[in-house]
Amino acid sequence: MPSVVVAGIEKRFGDTVAVDDVTLEIAQGEFLTLLGPSGCGKSTLLRIIAGLEPQTSGSVSIDGRVVDHLRPKQRDIAMVFQSYALYPHMTVSQNMALPLVMRQLTLAQRLPLIGRFLPGSRGARAAIEARVREVAAALEIDHLLGRKPGQLSGGQRQRVAVGRAMVRHPRVFLMDEPLSNLDAKLRVQMRAEIKELHRRLGITFLYVTHDQAEAMTMSDRVAVMMEGELLQVAPPKTIYAAPADMRVATFIGSPRINLLGGVVRGDGAVEVPTAVLDVAAGLSAGSTVTVGLRPESLALVEVNGRDTFRGTVRAVEHLGADLFVHAEVEGAAEPVILRADPAAHDGLAYGDAVCFAPRPGAALLFDGEGRRTGLDVPAPCGPSPALGLRLDDAAFRAAGPMTVPRPVDQWR
Amino acid sequence: MSGHHSLSPFAALGRHATLLGTALFMLMPFIWMVSLSIKSPGEAFQARFALWPETFYGVENFAKALTSVPLARFMANGVFVAFAVLALQILVAAPCAYALAKLRFPGRDALFALVLIGLLIPQEVLGLPLFILFHLMGLLDTYAALILPFSVSPFAIFLFRQFFKSVPDDLIHAARLDGLSELAIVWRIMVPAAMPAIIAFAILSVISRWNNLFWPMIAVSSEELMPPSLGIVFFRDEEAGNDYGPLMAAATLVVAPLVIAFLAAQKRFIEGVTLSGLK
Repeated sequence: MPSVVVAGIEKRFGDTVAVDDVTLEIAQGEFLTLLGPSGCGKSTLLRIIAGLEPQTSGSVSIDGRVVDHLRPKQRDIAMVFQSYALYPHMTVSQNMALPLVMRQLTLAQRLPLIGRFLPGSRGARAAIEARVREVAAALEIDHLLGRKPGQLSGGQRQRVAVGRAMVRHPRVFLMDEPLSNLDAKLRVQMRAEIKELHRRLGITFLYVTHDQAEAMTMSDRVAVMMEGELLQVAPPKTIYAAPADMRVATFIGSPRINLLGGVVRGDGAVEVPTAVLDVAAGLSAGSTVTVGLRPESLALVEVNGRDTFRGTVRAVEHLGADLFVHAEVEGAAEPVILRADPAAHDGLAYGDAVCFAPRPGAALLFDGEGRRTGLDVPAPCGPSPALGLRLDDAAFRAAGPMTVPRPVDQWR
Repeated sequence: MSGHHSLSPFAALGRHATLLGTALFMLMPFIWMVSLSIKSPGEAFQARFALWPETFYGVENFAKALTSVPLARFMANGVFVAFAVLALQILVAAPCAYALAKLRFPGRDALFALVLIGLLIPQEVLGLPLFILFHLMGLLDTYAALILPFSVSPFAIFLFRQFFKSVPDDLIHAARLDGLSELAIVWRIMVPAAMPAIIAFAILSVISRWNNLFWPMIAVSSEELMPPSLGIVFFRDEEAGNDYGPLMAAATLVVAPLVIAFLAAQKRFIEGVTLSGLK
C-alpha cells in the first residue's frame, strides 16, 4: 500500500492555477523530493497534503485512508518548515514536547499549575520529558534543551525543528525547504544528516526544495514541478539523463544543458547548426526538434565528421577539476557549453576555433511542445517504479559515464 | 549625548533650556498639587508664591485625606476595576484579533471596518445610551456597571490584530500540526508572541481606567464602589470650601501609583506609547 496518494489535486487562487491536476504516489518509506523553481506550486502541494490548505479538487490519501476531511492534527504527519516555525517564547524542550503534550495529556492536565497535580499527569509528563531527551540526544541538541529559539544558531534551530517533528512517530515526514536558510557548508552536512535520519526512521519523507543538488543527492525519486504542473517523477539519475520534458532538462544540471534547434532530414538524422546528428528521431522529415546536449556529453575532437560542431571559443572557465568552454556556434542562439579535461586543453583561449562532437546516444530530442521524443523514450511518469527504473537505467547507461552531477554548490 | 555629531555648547544649552522649560510648564500643576498638599490652609491662599511651606503641614493633610474619606477603598476599587476590565478586554480582543488577522472567512474585512469605526466613537457619545441600558438591566451602581462597558476594546482588537498579522503563518501551521486548536493557538502561541503589544495595551488601558471620571460619575453613586478619580470629586463635595490641603494630598495619593509604576517600568511605558502610536 502506498504511503501517500495524491489524486488529481488542483488548487486555484482566483484565476491562477497553483497546482494543476497533480497525481502522485509515494511508496512506504520512500524519500521523494518535490523539486521546482520558487512559485511552482510545490509548497502549496505540500500544505495540501498536510491539510493546512484546502485543495480546489482532488483527493489525498495517507496509508490507504482518504484524509481530505481530516484536520492537520488528525492526519498524523509531521512537518519541518523553511523558517523552522519554532515557538519563540518556549524553550527548546517545550517546543519539542508540545506535540506530545497536546496529544497525550487531557485538557485538564494541560492547565497551567493545576494540571500538574491531576492524577496521571505526573507520569505522562515524565514520559514526555524522557522522549524529548531521547530525541534531543539523538540529534545532539540535549545541551540546548533549556534555551529559547532566539539563542540558537540556524543549524541548531533546524535540528530543533526536526526534533519537534520526530518526537511522536508520524506516518509521513514533510519538509518544506528545510535547508534553505543555512549556509552552504552546513547545508551539505545537514543533507547527509537528513538522509541518515530517513534511513534510521524508515518512514516516508516528502521533501520540497528548489535546490537540485539536494534533490539529486537525497532522494529515492524526484518529482519535478513547474508552473503547477508535475512534469516527471523518476529516480535522480533518470531525471538527469532521461528528462521527459525540456523544462526538466533545463532545470536540472549545472551548467545547464545546451539546447539547439534542429530539423529532421530525409534519412532520419537531425540537422543542427554546423552538424548533422545520427539520432533516431522517429519523426517525419522536415519536423523541427530541439536537441539537448549536456556539457559533459560533448567532447573536443580533432577529426571533422558530419556530427562535429565547429565553433569559436568565447569563454573558458577553469574550475580546477573541470574546464568549461563556451563556444559560439554559427546558427545557434546561445554559446554551446562543453566540459573538457583541464590537463589536456589548458591552452585554449578566446577566439580559438574548436571542433566538438557528442558522445554516441547522448543527444536528447524534444518535440515542438518540449516533450521528449525519439525512440526508447520511457513514459514520463511510469506506472510502476520498478519498470521505470529498468528503462531508466538503460537510458542512463546510454547517456555515458559522466551523468550524475556532483554537488553544484560551487556554481552558486 | 549619543548622537553621531555633538552639538555646539550653545545649541546644547538652548536645547536643554527648551526641554526643561516645556517640562516645567507641563509639570507645574502637579508640582503645585504636591506643594499645596504639604501646606497649611492659611498658607495655601497666601498671595506669595512659594513651593516649600513655611510650616510643614503634610502629615495633617495626608492624615485627613486618608481618614475623612475611605481613600484606600477608592484605590482598591480602582485597582479591581482596572484589572477586571483589562482581563476582559484581553479575553475578548485576542480571539477577535486572531480571527481578523489570520483566519479567512467571508465578511472579515467588513467586520474589521466596524472595529475601526468603533475606534472613532468617543466614549462620551455612548454615555447616555449606556446609562439607559444599564438602568434597564438594573446594573447601575454595581461593579458590573464600571467594568462591562469597557470589556470590548476596539483599540485592543485593532492593536492585537496588527501585531498578530506580523506573526508568520508557518508558526500557526506548525501549531495546527502539533495538535493545537484555534483557541489554543490564540492563548498558547499568539498572545505570548505578542507580549510587547499586550503589555503596551495593558499600560494604556489601566491608566485610562484609573483616570476615568466621566463614566464612574454616571454609573455609580455608592461611596463603596467609587474609583479614586470619583473619590476625589466626592471628597471635594464633602469637604466643600477652602480645605485644599487634604484635597491635594488625596490627589497626590491617587496619582502616585501611576507615577511610581511609570518610573519603575519607564522603558515598557515608552515602548507602549510609541508602539500604539505607530499602529
